[in-house]
Amino acid sequence: MKEPPRWYPAAVSLGAIMVALVLGGILIAFAGGDPFRSYAHIAKASFGNLGVLSDTIVKATPILLTSLACSIAFRMKLWNIGAEGQFIMGAFGAGAIVLTPILPADTSPWIFIPVMMLAGILMGAIWGFFPGFLKARFNVNEIISTLMMNYIAISWVNFFIFAVWTEGGFQMSPKFPENAWLPRLLDYAKTIPIFSGLTTHLGLLIGIVAAIVLWIVIYRSRWGYEIRLIGDNPRAAQYAGINITRNTVLVMMLSGALAGLGGMSEITGMVHRLQTTPLAAGYGFTGIIVAWLAKLNPLVAILVSILFGALLLAGREIQPSGVPKMIQGIILVCLIASDFLMRYRVRIVRAGEEA
Amino acid sequence: MDTLERKTTNPSVAEGATLFVEMNGIVKRFPGVLANDHVDFVLRHGEIHALLGENGAGKSTLMNVLAGLYRPESGTILVKGKVVNFSSPRDAIKAGIGMIHQHFMLVPSQTVTENILLGLDKPRFRLQLNEYDHIVADLSERFGLKVEPRAKVWQLSVGEQQRVEILKMLYRGTDILIMDEPTAVLAPQEIEDLFKTLRAMVAEGKSIIFISHKLHEVMAIADRVTVLRKGKVTAAGLDARKTTLQELARQMVGREVIFHLDKKLNTPGEIVLEVEDVCAENDKGLQALNGLSLDVRAGEIVGLAGVAGNGQRELAQVITGLRRCTDGCVILNGEVICNRSALVGIQRGVSHIPEDRTGVGTAPDLSVTDNVIMKQYRRPPIAQHGMLNMQVATKFANELKESYDIIVPNVETPVRLLSGGNLQRVILAREISGQPSLMVAVQPTRGLDVGAIEGVHRLLLSQRESGAAILLISEELEELLSLSDRVYVIYEGRIMGEVKIGAGGSSPEMIDTVGLMMTGTPLEQIRKGEAERNV
Ligand SMILES: Nc1ncnc2c1ncn2[C@@H]1O[C@H](COP(=O)(O)OP(=O)(O)O)[C@@H](O)[C@H]1O
Ligand SMILES: [Mg+2]
Repeated sequence: MKEPPRWYPAAVSLGAIMVALVLGGILIAFAGGDPFRSYAHIAKASFGNLGVLSDTIVKATPILLTSLACSIAFRMKLWNIGAEGQFIMGAFGAGAIVLTPILPADTSPWIFIPVMMLAGILMGAIWGFFPGFLKARFNVNEIISTLMMNYIAISWVNFFIFAVWTEGGFQMSPKFPENAWLPRLLDYAKTIPIFSGLTTHLGLLIGIVAAIVLWIVIYRSRWGYEIRLIGDNPRAAQYAGINITRNTVLVMMLSGALAGLGGMSEITGMVHRLQTTPLAAGYGFTGIIVAWLAKLNPLVAILVSILFGALLLAGREIQPSGVPKMIQGIILVCLIASDFLMRYRVRIVRAGEEA
Repeated sequence: MDTLERKTTNPSVAEGATLFVEMNGIVKRFPGVLANDHVDFVLRHGEIHALLGENGAGKSTLMNVLAGLYRPESGTILVKGKVVNFSSPRDAIKAGIGMIHQHFMLVPSQTVTENILLGLDKPRFRLQLNEYDHIVADLSERFGLKVEPRAKVWQLSVGEQQRVEILKMLYRGTDILIMDEPTAVLAPQEIEDLFKTLRAMVAEGKSIIFISHKLHEVMAIADRVTVLRKGKVTAAGLDARKTTLQELARQMVGREVIFHLDKKLNTPGEIVLEVEDVCAENDKGLQALNGLSLDVRAGEIVGLAGVAGNGQRELAQVITGLRRCTDGCVILNGEVICNRSALVGIQRGVSHIPEDRTGVGTAPDLSVTDNVIMKQYRRPPIAQHGMLNMQVATKFANELKESYDIIVPNVETPVRLLSGGNLQRVILAREISGQPSLMVAVQPTRGLDVGAIEGVHRLLLSQRESGAAILLISEELEELLSLSDRVYVIYEGRIMGEVKIGAGGSSPEMIDTVGLMMTGTPLEQIRKGEAERNV
């Protein structure tokens, strides 16, 4: 069998996106819109100037971290679709530091932020631990368990913001003190005027560093090697003396931790209070698509996240706002379909001819 | 038109016998293998005809051709005297040919009756299941196929599911039933029941093709036997009453010229591996090893001969820590290593060439480099503070590529693109480079071409010279006899006996003795028989 050239997977993915855009365009046309103007508008609304570019990046940040969470789990063929819940629990963990309060409101950001990061990572990891453990110990299907845990996470946080940390009966906690906010570009507008109004926050840097570290872990560390081996052929991994049970739990925890870090970054960089609506916005699910699109490569996930950030942002701009969501969906379907082309070679066999 | 009593040119068929099936010169090729090489096969009316051969001999392929699943590249098929040209199993069933595959094709959530009716034109609209339950019950009564018509298939044991498959074929009016290794999944009692059913069917004038690689079963049930070896017929339509186990064993495993290898005389050293009274279960939970004992010394190759499926795989897994033993123990250089982990074995210098190169031995999408460091990635110089030194790993892979002649453009290539021989060299390179004290090689040359086989043999011999203890598990008798210093024979999880091969190599008597043991005769019995004859 001949191996397709190196560019083949990338070309097929690109082709799939093109097909998706064309299909989306047709649908827009059916809905009475002008596809070219809509796409131009999406592009302008997401990358048109420094302000919207910054907004795109703000949207991309949580997606990047959830997609990293998914890519490490998927690498081991653990279908963690609970990044959503792990993300929310990460936000909860970070919020709890302020709201309990574990640290007083006047704590220096140099302490606040690292402690909140740890809390987010910890809560996410715990949320990944349960399905990982159930899978490893009792072979419970992780798709089901992680999905269920999403709902538990939302209800859990809802309970706290309704009953414990409610701000005057509203379904949200009080705003966090500014010490507990991640620094944003606009904070430096006094020295660098061009930054004024830009809400891009430290979460972006956290995400990029996480992506680089994850890349090194996967491709350059002993543990990453074990993960790749298990993902590719679990029986070979067993034969090589690798403990699959332990790695199942560890990888689910790492996956949860990354999603949790995403939740922490979102709540401290963007939302600034504990509130379910802006947190449970589907970042965990978008992360699945992005991880897939990036072929589970953390560095590629950075680029793809920004693309999806743009699509999300465009939702604010175009009416009806369902359009970018729909395009996202079409892209996903096309990519899954294109996976078929990667795995199999299509050969046209005329009737009567033997395959 | 030909009558049913047409004469044939095939000498194996007695003149005047009624022929049900006649396959002539069947050729079927798969990428890289000639699965059937001009095979002739003749089935008579009212007989149980065994198709015997080792794994990969081409038995299933031949029968899939007959059952309409595959189209042969050339050759003709006559059913009841008429030339047929099946393009689907449906056509074959219409002609009265039904096949029961190794993997059953039933719908678990439906009842027995529903499964039997599935895919038929009648009943059309309304399922009068009660009525059909009766028909199924009658049919199962008639052929001694105990099964409850209303039970859901998922509730049934494997043996019962097989009965449903048989009923399905009977209901469709099949009079030529092909069963592909039907006993592989059955317990001994169920095998007895199956045999009764088969006899009942033959009594009603049906013919049965019984695929197996188990000699004693074939002797117990078959009227005639056709033996396949490497895609070719080695014995056509032998009368089962007039042949012997030895004869069949010989046809099955072959008795080609034993090639001479440059095997140096070697005095074995200390005992490296001791297997003591080991018992273990197979994946289905059936007893696979029944108190098996053997030992291997440094600097010797010890062969384990036996027909496939007699516990060889399980033994290799127990020794390498991939399977638990339920009793007994495995000792390596004085240390108990069984029931610990595969890692313990690896760390103590056990290397393992697994039977399944793609399923177990390699990770297909990973590179050659990633595949050759599988056993070494934990140790320096490749591992450094939890990280992999990729430069060292790549250099290591390139060295192995050179010294083991792995033909591949570069070491970044995923191993799924390698040919069988190259893949095996990757595995051998990895397993030998760890300087093992024990090497367990399972079917190391299966499916390789002659050149590659020779390379593997040379590598095994050089390991022997450098003092490794080697347990060679193989179904190729010639290979075992020419490489080994001693050969054990395994049968149903027990050692039947041991044959020492001296400086002179193997003799025909040795082959006969091994062949007899392979079919379940213990060595003492053979010796006793010889002694009596000599008196
Ligand atoms: N569908 C297939 N595609 C490719 N190779 C096959 C296929 N089926 C069988 N083979 C090959 O053909 C040979 C004969 O296989 P098979 O007929 O299954 O043997 P048996 O049933 O005697 O064990 C083997 O080398 C096997 O690998
Ligand atoms: Mg077969």
